[in-house]
Amino acid sequence: MQLQSMYQDIILDHYRNPHGRGLRDPFEAEVHHVNPTCGDEVTLRVHLEGETIADVSYEGMGCSISQASVSAMYDLVIGKSVTEAMHTGEQFMTLMQSKGNATVAEELEDDLEDAVAFAGVSKYPARVKCALMSWMALKDASARALSTTNEAN
Amino acid sequence: MTETVSRPVGARQVPLPLDVEAIRADFPILSRTVRDGKRLVYLDSGATSQKPTSVLDAERWFYENVNAAPHRGAHQLAEEATAAYEAARTTIGAFIGAPENEVVFTRNSTEAINLVAYALSNAATAKEPEFRRYAVGQGDEIVVTEMEHHANLLPWQQLCERTGATLRWLGLTDDGRLDLSDLATVVNERTKLVAVTQQSNILGTINPLGDIVARAREVGALVLVDGAQSVPHQRVDVTELGADFLVFSGHKMLGPTGVGVLWGRYDVLDALPPFLTGGSMIEVVRMEGSTFMPPPQRFEAGVPMTAQVIGLAAAAEYLQRLGMDAVQAHEEALTEYALAELQAIPGVTVIGPPDTVARGGAISFTVEGVHPHDVGQVLDDLGIAVRVGHHCAWPVVRRYGVPATTRATFYVHTGYDDVDALVEGVREAQRFFGVAPSEVK
Repeated sequence: MQLQSMYQDIILDHYRNPHGRGLRDPFEAEVHHVNPTCGDEVTLRVHLEGETIADVSYEGMGCSISQASVSAMYDLVIGKSVTEAMHTGEQFMTLMQSKGNATVAEELEDDLEDAVAFAGVSKYPARVKCALMSWMALKDASARALSTTNEAN
Repeated sequence: MTETVSRPVGARQVPLPLDVEAIRADFPILSRTVRDGKRLVYLDSGATSQKPTSVLDAERWFYENVNAAPHRGAHQLAEEATAAYEAARTTIGAFIGAPENEVVFTRNSTEAINLVAYALSNAATAKEPEFRRYAVGQGDEIVVTEMEHHANLLPWQQLCERTGATLRWLGLTDDGRLDLSDLATVVNERTKLVAVTQQSNILGTINPLGDIVARAREVGALVLVDGAQSVPHQRVDVTELGADFLVFSGHKMLGPTGVGVLWGRYDVLDALPPFLTGGSMIEVVRMEGSTFMPPPQRFEAGVPMTAQVIGLAAAAEYLQRLGMDAVQAHEEALTEYALAELQAIPGVTVIGPPDTVARGGAISFTVEGVHPHDVGQVLDDLGIAVRVGHHCAWPVVRRYGVPATTRATFYVHTGYDDVDALVEGVREAQRFFGVAPSEVK
């Protein structure tokens, strides 16, 4: 059975006990993203303190992969600058495009922490979008939050 | 892991009307394996059906022996291609009880519905008075239902946005049927067209078209029936249907992709302006303006999907040999068994009619504590192909308060062994995600 390669325990843990879930104030931007092929949804808020991501709060519904991905992302990006978080997002994208290549996962392990557990998902093209939805939402929300903050300054 | 579930009383395996083993031998793809050597359990015919050898051979025969553009050219191949194309039209028409001049080939059901929707708005601006009879505009109403596939919803939403007409719809009951309690007010003297599915692709419901057609007749509205999920699975005869249009897709009835059918009453088709224009559909072309062929050619611009049409005729013949009543009885037996087995699993809820009364073989269900995508992934790992998601019927999943469902659909090669694999797969998904029956609160 190959299922365990996708559904690592780390993923199932995040799915059952999501980190940072719930919408919180304050926030500078809120976005709503959907995966139109399956109907999965996430509403995500970003709160910046200067250039630093002080909080990411979210609500959503979807499969274990999409829900675990947003939880693992939360752990990774809090306290990082937007630029650093976007770099991490690109690394996660690289992992998702790796088609299960173990070398890619090993190289990214230090940076992606729990999120490297999603390497198995990259073997299933139909599920890659599930894992990426929250990162797309974060990218969108961060850009909006930055432009809001810049306008305010 | 202890099994706490007893077998349901109703889960009987009555002898199946079709010889599943013999039929499986006709489908080359069913002999391949998936996910590390597992037998392919294909329960996704509702999305697209697999193809028997006779359909594949028909397409190959056309390309190897006849290939030419029909209805143009004076050479022998062109003559033979035209004859083969038109003979296929006769065969496919006969499959639904229609004369060949009422059969229009389209790309699929989606295009057939769009053809009608655009013809109705084109009618409003047609320079020819005879094409304005069914024009849709402000003050007019189009009626659909809440259970329509997006293909039978968006073209009508868009038609209303283009013309200023109003879209109205019939709602659903909690057990997955059309709520006809307000039929007399929703379908009224302002209604120009009622578009309704014969068999729901997500709920499996077979709709009482007679009541809807009767009401539409009272108010003079046209009726379009979406037969994408009915024509492949039950005997459909347009002379009994009473509708004005019927659409269906070849690829869902053992035929090739890229071909669908719009059937229309000749007098209605004849009063409609074209949707797509170009070669093949013209009578006379001048720089100042052109005139068009009568139906069905008026609606078939460009070189058609000839090989696919010939493949579809072979599919219709294959189904005809099995007998559509036998096909329907076969699926009903499987559906009854599957409904009993699935509903006996604690945590499994069927979205749609819970029994086989006025019901086809599409079974949508949810598994408490396991998202449909994850159910589908576990099933896939076992070699079982199902559909997960909103099944292009987003308003339906919203109506029943679920984010998505897992859907199994049956066809002529489906046997009890496939249903057993599905049921065991659902239990496996529950075990894998730690919500197996003994652990459900």
